[in-house]
Amino acid sequence: MLVNQINPKFRLLLGGAALCAILLSGAPSWAETPADTLVEAFAIDDVITLDPAEAFELTTGEINGNTYDKLVRLDINDPSKVVADVAESWTVSDDGLTYTFKLKPGLKFASGNPITADDVAWSFERAVKLDKSPAFILTQFGLKPDNVTEKAKATDPSTFVFTVDQPYAPSFVLNCLTATVASVVDKKLASEHVVNDDFGWAWLKTAYAGSGPMKIRDWRANEIIVLERNDNYYGTKAPLNRVIYRHVKESAAQRLLLEKGDIDVARNLEPNDLEQVVKNKDIATTSAPKGTIYYFSLNQKNPNLAKPEVREALKYLVDYDAIGEKLIKGIGEIHQTFLPKGILGELDENPYKLDVEKAKALLEKAGLKDGFSFTMDVRNNQPVTGIAESVQQTMALAGVKMEIIPGDGKQTLTKYRARTHDSYIGQWGVDYWDPNSNADTFTNNPNNSDEGTNKTLAWRNAWDVPELTKQTKAALLERDGAKRAAMYQDLQKKVLETSPFVLIFQQTEVAGLRSNLKGFKLGPSFDTNYVFNVSK
Amino acid sequence: MSSTETQLESRRSGAWASSLLLSIGRFLLVGAITFLGLIAVTFFIGRVIPIDPALAIVGDRAPAHVVERVREELGLNLPLYQQFVIYVKGVLEGNFGNSVLTTNPVMTDIRRVFPATMELATLGTLIGAIFGIPLGVLAAVKRGSIMDQIVRIIGLIGYSVPIFWLGLLALLVFYAKLGWTSGPGRIDVVYEYTFTPITGFYLLDAVLQHNWDALRNIFSFIILPASLLGYFSLAYISRMTRSFMLNELEQEYIVAARAKGLSETRIIWGHALRNAAVPLVTVIALSYAGLLEGSVLTETVFSWPGLGLYITNSLQNADMNAVLGGTIVIGTVFVAINLLSDILYRALDPRTRAR
Repeated sequence: MLVNQINPKFRLLLGGAALCAILLSGAPSWAETPADTLVEAFAIDDVITLDPAEAFELTTGEINGNTYDKLVRLDINDPSKVVADVAESWTVSDDGLTYTFKLKPGLKFASGNPITADDVAWSFERAVKLDKSPAFILTQFGLKPDNVTEKAKATDPSTFVFTVDQPYAPSFVLNCLTATVASVVDKKLASEHVVNDDFGWAWLKTAYAGSGPMKIRDWRANEIIVLERNDNYYGTKAPLNRVIYRHVKESAAQRLLLEKGDIDVARNLEPNDLEQVVKNKDIATTSAPKGTIYYFSLNQKNPNLAKPEVREALKYLVDYDAIGEKLIKGIGEIHQTFLPKGILGELDENPYKLDVEKAKALLEKAGLKDGFSFTMDVRNNQPVTGIAESVQQTMALAGVKMEIIPGDGKQTLTKYRARTHDSYIGQWGVDYWDPNSNADTFTNNPNNSDEGTNKTLAWRNAWDVPELTKQTKAALLERDGAKRAAMYQDLQKKVLETSPFVLIFQQTEVAGLRSNLKGFKLGPSFDTNYVFNVSK
Repeated sequence: MSSTETQLESRRSGAWASSLLLSIGRFLLVGAITFLGLIAVTFFIGRVIPIDPALAIVGDRAPAHVVERVREELGLNLPLYQQFVIYVKGVLEGNFGNSVLTTNPVMTDIRRVFPATMELATLGTLIGAIFGIPLGVLAAVKRGSIMDQIVRIIGLIGYSVPIFWLGLLALLVFYAKLGWTSGPGRIDVVYEYTFTPITGFYLLDAVLQHNWDALRNIFSFIILPASLLGYFSLAYISRMTRSFMLNELEQEYIVAARAKGLSETRIIWGHALRNAAVPLVTVIALSYAGLLEGSVLTETVFSWPGLGLYITNSLQNADMNAVLGGTIVIGTVFVAINLLSDILYRALDPRTRAR
């Protein structure tokens, strides 16, 4: 984004603007949002479709999370568990292959059509046959276009049977069913808009056919999203009539709108604006850790970086404390394991600290007493640029010369996926709320050759780990929840000690809100940023 | 009026029309070559940059078979020249392909974002011309006076201050502090249920719907960014007006008019400005065309969903169809406005008609 590229310069000027703000403080605030409406300012330019079978962006995760129901939902109070949504109960067969869901009786879509097991089966069929970006969350259970109607089918109007190809851990299957792609779509309504067997795809891009607590009334790209209360919702009805997301990209603009009371919630405040708004007594802030981890990685094709002592030494050459206090204050927390907090199997251990002496000793052991040099590909935005610069300085303390190669996001990513980098700094967000989502990429590398098609993070860094790959697979099939969690903790310990991944922090989402709001809470994922509990 | 005079008159206007046709024809030819060049350059730049377009479409997480399917669909496995031929064929049929970011046909997207930019640019240019021309005239007439210096300083600030900074400052003063205008955005959320965009030009839409409340509200939103853009085009227009006017005021016909005893007001506004207006049309047209490209920074600060943001966003996401489509639209706008100013030029300057 250009905005990010101009940031350093912009920040300086913003400082000037902020100074003016202080001089001008005590602005009259007579603006107010309507009493029955929640107005949020949010950068919604990532939305490309509203169709749950295709939507894979953060904003659409939030919109669909509020407007569609699934069989099961994450427990917002303990996201390592799932709770029933339109399903009333479910059973798993003894061989671990068949999941039988009983639906709650008398449910209705927003359109008034009844919700039946046939709608659920059709929603699975359309997601698998459309085969858009998030479809793999379902197809990884062995669903294919030619068998989906057998593997995911309604045996009677209130019973849905889902058959998987291997005896997976039930927690894994259920966690995946909380993803947006498993949303229940109104078959009758969407079928009225089918063109060329597209399952209503062209229509659902901008339309709505769900049953969640809110319904989507309108989306105008880069401008507005309007949600309204769904009076047919089975659960507690939303207290507010509508929720409006206004597209406001600039943090300073969001802050002005919030201070004036023209919006109720500002979602993209940057650290310097956050610092200012908390001084206003009419404004509160709330935050929640999210499922995105920032790290940098070391390509094992580079002979220096491939030495185990070097990998360990570099983990001691990062000033985690300074990064935590200065660069990511309010937007992240130091986190060195690959599973984000809040997910099954999380491990809260941060053993690494900046320790130049130890690093020097390790480098000497590796035969690199006088240091060495390598490059790092860094995309042009914050906070990664700042972190890369900090790392560059601390590396130099041990004689390691790190050259920063700045680039555009897609450009650095293309290079990373071609394995031609030395080192890459970036982030990884979970695709679905299960430990396998991250383990599958950090510790899974089935074919380390250049022809390998499974371009996991381990593959991208040429980290050939047959043992860990086996363990990752085994954890997927462990049906005992506690044992499964322990397996992921073990994997994380090994990654912590030996991997070419230097994990730095977990992202925190922060929102500034008018203090008259009640019940506004950010969830552990964007899918669970619920707005239907909010009242004024 | 004698019959010969009428004949002469009609022959003249006929000649004017045919020379106009000729120049339109020339424009179309130049335009066509320009477009082909534009398409070729943008297309090949888009293909040589080290970004995988398929990756831009499906994202980092998509499985290998999805990436491969998209490469096939895009024809990325074909030789480059074949890809180019296919693209140009599509363009000739009016098909600019689909945008990667929004998955819509590019023209649908541009039809959506362009009215927002055009509405802002039109109002901005109007403000710039209405205030810029008189200021330039004043500066020229009172050359070297304090008035001239003030206009110069206004122009200098307009040239040199970054627009996003001025935008934020304007928001702080006129929105946050004084409360005279509305903040970032195009319309207040309370009109969401009473106002429906039809043409995409919100001011016009409000008038069409006789929704005077909404009109007032939309105006309170657009006035700040429009004034800001207006200020920047004012800086340019007033400088150019000043120099054109100085040029005219030195001409002999001004001396003659003064000797005839015409009032100074008549000389300046009726004679000098009328002549200066001819080149001024080109200046205003160019500044308008510049604003139509969309001002990325203004659009960011004021949350204005316009063309500038769209193209910049596409560029950074390697969305080459959208970039190409946008480039062609901007090219068309430039050529069209040039043509328009040429016609206006002829209307204003009788000498171009006589020949």
